[in-house]
Amino acid sequence: MSVGALSSPPVRARPARRGAREALKGWLYAAPTAIFILLLFVLPLVTVFRMSASDWPLLAGDRGINFPENFTDAVRNRFFLDSVVFTLTYTVLATVLLIVLGLGLALLVQESTRWKGVLRTAFLVPSALGLASASLLFYVLYSPIAGPFAELMHSWGVSFLGTPEAALWSTLFLIVWRYAGFYMLLMLVGLQGIPDEVYEAARIDGASRWQIFSRVTLPLLRPTLALTTVLCVTGSLLAFEQFYILTKGGPDNSTITVVQLIYSVAFQGQNDLGVAGALSVIVLLALVVINFVQLRAFRTTEES
Amino acid sequence: MTPTFHRRLRKAGTLLATGALVTALAACSGGDPGGSTPPADIPAEGVDDGSTLTLWTRAPLEKQAKLLVEAYNASHENQVELTVVPNDDYVAKVGAAAGSNGLPDLFAADIVYVPNWVQQGLFQDISAQIDGLDFKDEINKGHLAAGTYEGKEHVLPFVLDLSMLFWNKELASEAGLDAEAGPANLEEFAEWAKAIQALGKPGVYGTATGLNCGGCLVFTWFPSVWADGEQVMNDDGTESLLASDTANDVYATWKELWDAGAVLPSSKDEAGPTWTAGFTEGKVGLMFYPATLLSSTPFDVGVAGIPGPKGGGSTFVGGDGIGISKDSKLAPQAWNFLSWMMSEDAQVGVLAKNHDVVSRADLANNEFSSADPRLITINEVAGKGDTPVALNFQQAFNAPGSPWLTLVRNAVLGDGSSVDADSDEITAVLSQ
Repeated sequence: MSVGALSSPPVRARPARRGAREALKGWLYAAPTAIFILLLFVLPLVTVFRMSASDWPLLAGDRGINFPENFTDAVRNRFFLDSVVFTLTYTVLATVLLIVLGLGLALLVQESTRWKGVLRTAFLVPSALGLASASLLFYVLYSPIAGPFAELMHSWGVSFLGTPEAALWSTLFLIVWRYAGFYMLLMLVGLQGIPDEVYEAARIDGASRWQIFSRVTLPLLRPTLALTTVLCVTGSLLAFEQFYILTKGGPDNSTITVVQLIYSVAFQGQNDLGVAGALSVIVLLALVVINFVQLRAFRTTEES
Repeated sequence: MTPTFHRRLRKAGTLLATGALVTALAACSGGDPGGSTPPADIPAEGVDDGSTLTLWTRAPLEKQAKLLVEAYNASHENQVELTVVPNDDYVAKVGAAAGSNGLPDLFAADIVYVPNWVQQGLFQDISAQIDGLDFKDEINKGHLAAGTYEGKEHVLPFVLDLSMLFWNKELASEAGLDAEAGPANLEEFAEWAKAIQALGKPGVYGTATGLNCGGCLVFTWFPSVWADGEQVMNDDGTESLLASDTANDVYATWKELWDAGAVLPSSKDEAGPTWTAGFTEGKVGLMFYPATLLSSTPFDVGVAGIPGPKGGGSTFVGGDGIGISKDSKLAPQAWNFLSWMMSEDAQVGVLAKNHDVVSRADLANNEFSSADPRLITINEVAGKGDTPVALNFQQAFNAPGSPWLTLVRNAVLGDGSSVDADSDEITAVLSQ
């Protein structure tokens, strides 16, 4: 090695040139991704920040700086607090339901040998449908005029979307129907990552089913639980399509989520992209904080 | 050495990228619309030279827009390409296009949004051309006024949609009511609804409305206030007058009907998409209903203006106005379409033939309307109707969760004690 290095000074220069060439190659390799990130992530992000600090009506375009009025207007919006409270309620309910049901379904299809294929397919099929299409499907199912349950709703005097509670639970039902299979799949992958030997050892030690679940399965499933919780919380905090299509924020403005508020400020009435941008920035910061806390929580427990 | 160099290189790269971004953004914001032919140079008939024009409209007027465009394309060198946008997405689509200077040559707008859009500069000034029309005084005044800003006219009526009282003659006769005359005032309207409800037919209700649809309520309830000679807003459209005695009478009548169970139950949550479906299916006795649906109502209906608590009849002169967009480079060609649209060929030969309301008073009595007396009624009431003008109309009335919806829902579904406070909330939005 040392001989080669001594005997050939011209070769010495080559690594530098090769280094430069390789660096260039590296940049070229990275370029497609970098361009995508620049165009589809950085550019919109910068635009939103700019909007949030500008007087920017939807129809008239940018009219110069309006900071921090946009933010005070955003917080003072008459639906701001309601929408934050509703979004948090919805997020907690959706996350608990989906994680518990996802895990339950995963355990079910893992245990049952006979119907495994059928069950997995049945739970997973709704995930193949877009959320907007699924919402439209349920809009018709829930409809008191066109829906198949219209007669039943009449005679029982109930409606799926008529009261604030009914609207919330009807939407949650749609979300569970649509996503439970997806979370089941994630849980299944996690469950299959737990080696059989651990279960075997626990069984030899005489652990009961419940003990195996709580002392073996759950702790070893923690990384999967972390992933699913982060996914579910983030997804639910950004809920839009289901409420936009099913309830439009009604009845009586009881089901307005934060993203819906952003949409309605931008496109339905106020038509103010500045205030909508300010709301988006607030949501973005909140999401960063929430995800940071979540990941931190799961990591520290893992390390301890 | 090398890592630091690389880091520096990376930093330089980031800086460069950021710099490029900032420049790009600056370039974006500096754009100024313009470059089209000044409107004054356009000949009276416009130019018909085989250009391709683009036209946007919203879905509820698809039928009328298609007929007009087909007739124009068949008789002209210019060709119009029609794009129909779902109602709920229309404002967002126009907004996005306006921001990026990508509006079509011609676009229609819900007449209640026109004052705002004109003020934002989305339409070109076509005062000179409109003034050149020898029938200018016959054009629907509400629509023209909505498109007038600082004395300049920007918009012509595209399709008029009037709210009228429709009743199902068969159901009315069955309930022993005079199906030819119709109810004379709002009180009789309520009596009719209850009488038809009392028939006890399964699935049949007295009346229906859209209690979660601000646009539907504006369209069908404002006329009851106008019919009594009252107003819903002050002249500038900055103050709500919706807590007046007349308005309270209107709410009280509807509350009485709702409590009596004479209103289609799904009306409570009706946000718009199916608000006319019950009547069209023959399951609702009488209803304030859009006149554009006359041609697609399959059974025999009676038609009258919307009565107020004391009687009379009025209508909301809605529908869409149309103008040449600020981004159009083909203003002379676009004006050719507009001037044809106002001609007798289009008004009578296309719109009246399809049982639609014409937007010129001098053409109200034509060969088609004389065949159907209901059309004469509609055309007559059109002259007595009103088009409210307010800059923040959408936010105050049409938007989901608008203060107007809150007012109506509290007054009809609630105990009706908060009308004054809710009306103040509307004023707060209107006066912004």
